[in-house]
Amino acid sequence: MRTQDAADLPPVAEKLFSWQDGTPRLIGSACLVCATLAFPQQQSCPRCCGEDVTAALLPAEGILWSWTVQRFPPKSPPYAGGEAHFRPFAVGYVALDGGIVVQGRLTGGAAPDRYRIGMPMRLVIEPFLRNDGTAVAAYAFAPCHAGNGEPPDDDDHEGPAGAPGEGSGPS
Amino acid sequence: MTGSLAIAGIGIHPFGRNEEVSGLQMAVTAARAALADAGVSWPDIQFAVGGSDSAGKPDTMVSRLGLTGLPFTNVINGCATGGASLLTARATIASGVHEIGLVVGFDKHPRGAFDPRPEDWGLGAWYGDLGMMLTTQYFGLKIRRYMHEHGITEASLARVAAKAFRNGERNPAAWRRKPLAVDDILGSAMVADPLTQYMFCSPSAGAVALVVCHPGLAARFPAPPVYVRAVSMRSRRFGSFEVFSPSMPVTRGPSPSQEAAGAAYAEAGIGPGEFDVVQVQDTESGAELMHLAECGLCEHGAQEELMAASATEIGGPMPVNTDGGCIASGEPIGASGLRQVYETVLQLRGQATGRQVEGARTGFTHVYGAPGISACAVLSR
Repeated sequence: MRTQDAADLPPVAEKLFSWQDGTPRLIGSACLVCATLAFPQQQSCPRCCGEDVTAALLPAEGILWSWTVQRFPPKSPPYAGGEAHFRPFAVGYVALDGGIVVQGRLTGGAAPDRYRIGMPMRLVIEPFLRNDGTAVAAYAFAPCHAGNGEPPDDDDHEGPAGAPGEGSGPS
Repeated sequence: MTGSLAIAGIGIHPFGRNEEVSGLQMAVTAARAALADAGVSWPDIQFAVGGSDSAGKPDTMVSRLGLTGLPFTNVINGCATGGASLLTARATIASGVHEIGLVVGFDKHPRGAFDPRPEDWGLGAWYGDLGMMLTTQYFGLKIRRYMHEHGITEASLARVAAKAFRNGERNPAAWRRKPLAVDDILGSAMVADPLTQYMFCSPSAGAVALVVCHPGLAARFPAPPVYVRAVSMRSRRFGSFEVFSPSMPVTRGPSPSQEAAGAAYAEAGIGPGEFDVVQVQDTESGAELMHLAECGLCEHGAQEELMAASATEIGGPMPVNTDGGCIASGEPIGASGLRQVYETVLQLRGQATGRQVEGARTGFTHVYGAPGISACAVLSR
């Protein structure tokens, strides 16, 4: 499975996600006073401004809150994927079960008919190929309907989220 | 009623690509035009406030305008730079320190999208690495959700852009002055679903300057005075959906636009339903529709009906972005907010030739930008 392939890669950033019994979880922070969640982890609470916060694993499932498709290659830097092999990818916000909405790339491809607000989504870890040829592990959200985080049959020939060549296609 | 600031003179350098002219030179051109409009000379100016995001240090203008020794404050607040400059000028005059000043905004950006660095916005490099550091994505995500919640259609998004180009055609200082049909806008290249190429403004170049004064002095100047009845600025609250946000709470909070507009209405004693002409931030066409509601100028969801009824056209009950807005003018970040004020002053003076809102007496301006800031102003004759 590609998630296990990705598990062997260095993460795109430290303290962004971790593995719990083979399941990926995002690492956020929780306020010890008002219980507000934030992602990524921060040193104070965005709601009550308190500094008593602790690391917290965020729920791995939720529903799609909004989505769009990145149709043109983002400028590089800051984009690490480069322009040469760019294919459009989807980005969305997923409302996780614990009351926080998190932005991430979506693995369902770039075809607009793949997405509807309210559809169940879950966290996956994918390889992300950088322009310098190295691969890192990055988080993304996958539609739940395929059961295993894979997009449905890719009949539109548009790639799943992620730069091409990163081995993230249906397998 | 005169408020605490008056506008005695206005000047503009036309917006566009302006390849051959530096941002600073455009600013000098606009400043000289504003001084001439007010019938004053540079040594009469007691203080200046200038804003530019990426076209140089505004206070270096003194080397071209004259080394008079005046205090010159530089302002950088993203798309709200013009509003923040106006707020600074108002504070200076209301405090009694000075009576007449210059407010200037200019910018010049390269082609294509902006390329902000995550570290400048308090974010980890990973956010840019993965391709999420794009304002275009944010606008697509925000309007997609808004359409879902409030029943706005793609056709209304296209109508906003079509109106912008129609108004731009009538504005000699606008950049994109060729009208486009709704179908051509809908059929142009998709940039960030559901927003197409012609629904977006583009980075451009331009400059605007205003001579401002204490309201008690306004009658001394040749042009009919326009009064700034209120000016306000707000940053984001917990729960507002803002650009460059890796996360947010499920429960929405008030937006900075909502709060800045509310503060301006309260200060001016003039509010929704009382404006003859309105300018709101239209980074893309969905933003114009959402900002109208966030500023309380219509109900959420009523935009569909407003667009179908052509209510926001010049000649309609609430003309919006009468100079073509950002969509037709492009967005030189430091100049955009003052462009709205410039257009409003023209309209209130009755000088908006070719696009005049008949008998306009009151106007409202609104800017919004990253990382979640808004500035608003209420103007009247």
